[in-house]
Amino acid sequence: MKSLAELAAIRDRMKDKVSIREGSGNIRVVVGMATCGIAAGARPVLSAFVEEVAKEGLSDKVTVTQTGCIGICQYEPVVEIFEDGKDKVTYVKMTADKAKRVVAEHLKGGKPVEEYAIGNK
Amino acid sequence: MKELSLNILDIVQNSISAHAEHIGIALCEDADGILTMTVCDDGCGMSAETLRRVTDPFCTTRTTRKVGMGIPLLRLAAEQTGGSLTIESTAQTDDPTGHGTVLRATFDTKHIDMTPLGDVISTLTTILQGHPEIDYVFEHDTPRFRVHLDTKELRAVLGDVSLDNLEVLHWIGDYLREQYETTKK
Repeated sequence: MKSLAELAAIRDRMKDKVSIREGSGNIRVVVGMATCGIAAGARPVLSAFVEEVAKEGLSDKVTVTQTGCIGICQYEPVVEIFEDGKDKVTYVKMTADKAKRVVAEHLKGGKPVEEYAIGNK
Repeated sequence: MKELSLNILDIVQNSISAHAEHIGIALCEDADGILTMTVCDDGCGMSAETLRRVTDPFCTTRTTRKVGMGIPLLRLAAEQTGGSLTIESTAQTDDPTGHGTVLRATFDTKHIDMTPLGDVISTLTTILQGHPEIDYVFEHDTPRFRVHLDTKELRAVLGDVSLDNLEVLHWIGDYLREQYETTKK
C-alpha cells in the first residue's frame, strides 16, 4: 500500500536538488492544452515530454509547461519550444512518439526536428 | 472528446482561468448506473448574464477565436445519454467571500452513447503538473470502489516540494491506481 512515509522520503531526497535547479532552466517547452489541443491528443504528448525530459536528465535546463489555445487548432497538438537567443520552434500534429524524438534530438542534441515543425511540410 | 476524462481536463481549465484556489472534482455513480460529475471551485464566478450564455458555443473567454467548445462538448456528452448539465455560479463582484462555480453533469452509463470515462489518473496528474499551486480534492465513488485524493494532505507531508515534482506525480498516479484496485467492493 502506498504510504505518506514514501512521500516524506521523496521530500527528503528532493531537498538537496532544489537549490541546484534555481535559475538554470533556459529552455521552455509549452504544450497547448485548450479544448482543441486536448481533443486532438495533447494529454499523452505533455506526459511524454514530462517523462522523457526527466529520463534524459534534462530537468535542470528544461521546463515543461501548459498553455491555452495557441490559435492554430487545425494543427493540434501544438508544442512550442523557447530557448534563450534562438528562434521559437513550433511543432505541430504531435504525438507521444514524436515528443520522444524532439526531446532526444532537439532538447538534448540541440538540433530541431524540422519535419515536425510548422512551415517545413 | 474520446474520453470523459478529457472533458474533465478541459473543464477544470475554466476553474483555473477563474483563479480558483480550491477545486473539487467528484465522480459519483449510483446503483442504477447514473454518474454525476461535479466540478466546483472558489474562482471568480460568473454574472447571471454570462451564466445564461455559457453553454452557447459562441460564448468564450479565449482570445484567439470566437468559439468555445468546452462546455458545449461536455453538455453534448451528458445529453446524448439522456443526462443533463447544470451550472451554478456566484460572481466575486456580487459576493466577495462566497464566490465560485459548481458544474454538474449527469450521465446514464448504461446508455449506448455513453462516452467511456477513460484515463482519469492521467487527467489528474496532468492538472497537477500544470497548476501545482492549487488545492484539489478528488473523489470517485461507485458501488464497486471508492477513490479519494486531497492535495492538502500531501502538501502537509511534502513541505516545500511542489506537487509537480515528477517523483511526486508518479507517487500520486500509483496511489490512485492502487486505490482503484484495493477498494474494489
